[in-house]
Amino acid sequence: MTATPVATPVPSAAQVPGRAETARKKLSSPWASIAAIVIAVLWTLPTFGLFVSSFRPERAIKTTGWWTFFTDPTVTLDNYKGVFGVGSTTNLADFFVNSLVICIPAVLIPMALAALSAYAFAWIEFKGKNILFLSIFALQIVPLQVTLIPLLEIFVKVDLTGTFWTLWLAHSTFALPLAIYLLHNFMREVPATLIEAARVDGAGHVAIFFKVMLPLLTPALAAFGIFQFLWVWNDLLVALVFAGGGNEVAPITLQLANLSGTRGTAWQLLSAGAFVSIIVPVTVFLLLQRYFVRGLLAGSVKG
Amino acid sequence: MFNTASTTPEKLLQMLAALLLFAAIMGLILFLAGRVGGGKRGNTIVGYLYLAPAILMLAVGLVYPGLRTIYQSFFDAAGKAFIGFDNYATIFTDNDQLTVLRNTVFWVLVTPFVATAVGLVYAILVDKSRFESVAKALIFLPMSISFVAAAIIWKFVYEYRPDQGNVKQIGLINQIIVWLGGTPQQLLIESPLNTFLLIVVMIWIQAGFAMTVLSAAIKAIPDDIIEAARLDGTTAWTMFRNITLPSVRPTLVVVLTTIAIGTLKVFDIVRTMTGGQFNTSVIANEFYSQTFRADNQGLGAALAVLLFVLVIPIVVYNVRQLRQSEAS
Repeated sequence: MTATPVATPVPSAAQVPGRAETARKKLSSPWASIAAIVIAVLWTLPTFGLFVSSFRPERAIKTTGWWTFFTDPTVTLDNYKGVFGVGSTTNLADFFVNSLVICIPAVLIPMALAALSAYAFAWIEFKGKNILFLSIFALQIVPLQVTLIPLLEIFVKVDLTGTFWTLWLAHSTFALPLAIYLLHNFMREVPATLIEAARVDGAGHVAIFFKVMLPLLTPALAAFGIFQFLWVWNDLLVALVFAGGGNEVAPITLQLANLSGTRGTAWQLLSAGAFVSIIVPVTVFLLLQRYFVRGLLAGSVKG
Repeated sequence: MFNTASTTPEKLLQMLAALLLFAAIMGLILFLAGRVGGGKRGNTIVGYLYLAPAILMLAVGLVYPGLRTIYQSFFDAAGKAFIGFDNYATIFTDNDQLTVLRNTVFWVLVTPFVATAVGLVYAILVDKSRFESVAKALIFLPMSISFVAAAIIWKFVYEYRPDQGNVKQIGLINQIIVWLGGTPQQLLIESPLNTFLLIVVMIWIQAGFAMTVLSAAIKAIPDDIIEAARLDGTTAWTMFRNITLPSVRPTLVVVLTTIAIGTLKVFDIVRTMTGGQFNTSVIANEFYSQTFRADNQGLGAALAVLLFVLVIPIVVYNVRQLRQSEAS
């Protein structure tokens, strides 16, 4: 969380006492600490409550508040067994697999396509480049909602409805404008002398793309990859429109939303189900948050 | 390969096939690009070869559908008869639709400012403290989970049990109401309170975004400026108003507008928590309901276009502010 691409001034020897003083001042202000703790508790408590509930017996969840857990702790894994109940309609395992099957190509395909396009925009001179780049940049503002119905009609025409292809293609397309823009920004920062040197050595655009660009681009690709993964894993709208018909290709968010709609008081299932769906994005996020934050800053601070 | 996969091995196999097909297309493009000679003409060919798949996908999957939706918004429910601006008139005159607009205004006015304020205050409070990274992760985690999961977490907080006999509350808010001597409320049913309770969920998610971006901006303020102010004996409040706030102003604008755009499109939270009932619908949810539930294609299209139109001024303002801050 501390790594950011924004240039942080390196403290010189003379400034170090100033920093120490700041730190002391911060800690000596009890109100500041109390305010920070209050916000942190408010932000954590809702999740914590449902998390505790997911380990309580069904009867206990439905008759007493989760806070009574601390005076009467009974722990069970029944809720988690319940959401993975083989053969039951609430078996989340299949939907979990669906989410993974949807995510992997929906991350890799736009990543590769955007890298290729960004390279063309950043380092190849050709006619119509600027207007084309501006158009793709502008497409970022198109809300998904505007595209869904005609896209669905196209999928019906080519007989792809109810397959993973609809989700792969839709997610990949929607990701392209931002991905191309982000990767283009990173690629522009590669020193031109590096490209020139490679060109002098006789490397063409293909060799430069693979040997010079890709290795330098890894952090940017990671940042975009995490973004896209979280976006696709957490998506509901696209899944509802293109996979809403059957359970075969529905991701876990869709099943969870359906469960919440049809069995809104089955908190033993909803609590465990929610945490099963959360576990993947939270793990990805905690492991790779450095890249995530970097991507966030590159994406929003630059525009 | 293009049919519906129903068992896990089938699904994995189809995924593998898709990835291989994609790799083959990429290989073909690179192979062709490698055979093209240099020079101006060669560059143009390679450039368009590299862009071809992206342009094709954007044209078919984004540009054409966008234009088609705009066209559809001038047609009736079945998409057959041309009715001019009637759908737009409905949005601005029909009672239900006016509630949708009112709610959307609430969302877009409240969420960005509250989320950004909380994020800014928190970023300043934990800045350079010993627990900074852990403290930040706590606020930031909601960003990584789905809106659906967030909605379920908060639905549990707002849960209501009837006020009778020995029935105990299981939702935190209602329990606090009971502890304070009040009677429990069906929180998600009372309008317009329920809309604000849904907005809380979005604030809960977006504050982490605001905090992360603003924290980076705060850290970028040069130390000597802070040092100089401190030597002058500046109080914490003047420091905040005269140094921190002006320094992070451009970032603040970006954060506010980004959250505003995200909030305009909010759908998952409303659908999961209330389904748009009890007067909680917003434009993005109404688009879905009209298109798929009410089978009113025309009105659905008009709502989607309205969403598009509302995003544009925010983006334009954002870009302008960025230009200004870069120029100065």
